[in-house]
Amino acid sequence: MSQPSDIIQVSNPTQTSTKSALKGGYNPSLGPIQLPTSYQAQLASTASSKRNIYDHSLSRRAPEVNLSSLSYIFNVMIQYSQKNSKGIQELEGKLNTLGYSIGPKVLELITLREGKNAKREIKLVEILQFIHTQVWRTLFGRVADELEKSSEADDEYMITDKQPLMSEFISVPKDMGQLNVNAFVAGIIEGILDVCYFQASVSAHTVETPGCPNRTVFFIKFDRDVIERENLRFHK
Amino acid sequence: MSKSLKTTGEDLWKNKADKVNSELFTLTYGSIVAQLVRDYKQDYTQVNLQLEKMGYDIGIRIIEEFLAKSQVGRCQSFKETSEILSKIAFKYFLNITPRVENFSTDGKQFSLILDENPLAEFVELPDDEKANKQLWYSNVLVGVLRGALEMVQLDVEVAFVGDVLRGDDATEIRLKLIKILKDEIPAGED
Repeated sequence: MSQPSDIIQVSNPTQTSTKSALKGGYNPSLGPIQLPTSYQAQLASTASSKRNIYDHSLSRRAPEVNLSSLSYIFNVMIQYSQKNSKGIQELEGKLNTLGYSIGPKVLELITLREGKNAKREIKLVEILQFIHTQVWRTLFGRVADELEKSSEADDEYMITDKQPLMSEFISVPKDMGQLNVNAFVAGIIEGILDVCYFQASVSAHTVETPGCPNRTVFFIKFDRDVIERENLRFHK
Repeated sequence: MSKSLKTTGEDLWKNKADKVNSELFTLTYGSIVAQLVRDYKQDYTQVNLQLEKMGYDIGIRIIEEFLAKSQVGRCQSFKETSEILSKIAFKYFLNITPRVENFSTDGKQFSLILDENPLAEFVELPDDEKANKQLWYSNVLVGVLRGALEMVQLDVEVAFVGDVLRGDDATEIRLKLIKILKDEIPAGED
């Protein structure tokens, strides 16, 4: 523990190269790894022709794929999760977890793209607006429909999507009436809120209206601490 | 002829496909692969198998959408199949056009080279010295191709033989025609 840089043997390229090429870059547990220049030169000679993901530009506008393809992939995700779940609740939990891992990546991507204009949201309403607008636009190509605050509790908010993209081609069997596969999207929202220090639990519920059978309400319930912090900071 | 296939594919993509941000697609697929790797405790051979199975389930259904939207008829040769796959099917579903290369002399084997791969954009394999030897990250494609071709009576062996993620020079899928299946009446229908 005393000298973490000793754990990785960057100083002895001959020894490490027999195992695998040690990569420079960012290691979450050690911080940035700067390789000795001799080693970098050696790496460059062997890997110069290979494309490296760190060389790609992140700001390039992402190309598009067919919505069908996404739906097929999402479909097998649901099937796989369902096979390993005992009930609807467990299935939704699994989908939520899968989405959760994406959340921080989406956030990172959006803020990187915004560059100098990127802002760290510290107000609860503003982070929700960010999700309702920017996140939705990046992922689904349009903003979400409504953003509301619960009239009953001060820690509950709702984002509504009249026609969720992910579940456009999914019909839920009658015997699974409660299921809303947008638990996956709820997971993405939860992941974003968590890394922004707005701990919350997010769930997706179908609330039908005439003409919008798939209308989904994302129900966001913040941790008590978050609300208290918000009150201390901004509502004195 | 190949010129017209190319335009057909592009028109199909332009006019008939509902489009979505490919990053959402990449991330969604990524979370599946990551989950499989966790569930199978880094047994990448199992992950490959599972991905192929998932792909097969997609393939046997995706062909229907493809035939309905593209209106292409029966292929006269495996060569024609390869062109339609690359220029129409891949274009329509993934907005890419893999190169068809290395046709064997008997015309029964060819490779699809993917210069771009929306499944694997910004993906890095785990640095555990195993993944880059065993895992075929995009193996779902293998299943999709096998499933879809089986539905049009082509029994085809499909496998990845290279992936830039593993440090190979190209991402290459090899297809090998085993036999042309006979039209059979499904069980229970006379």
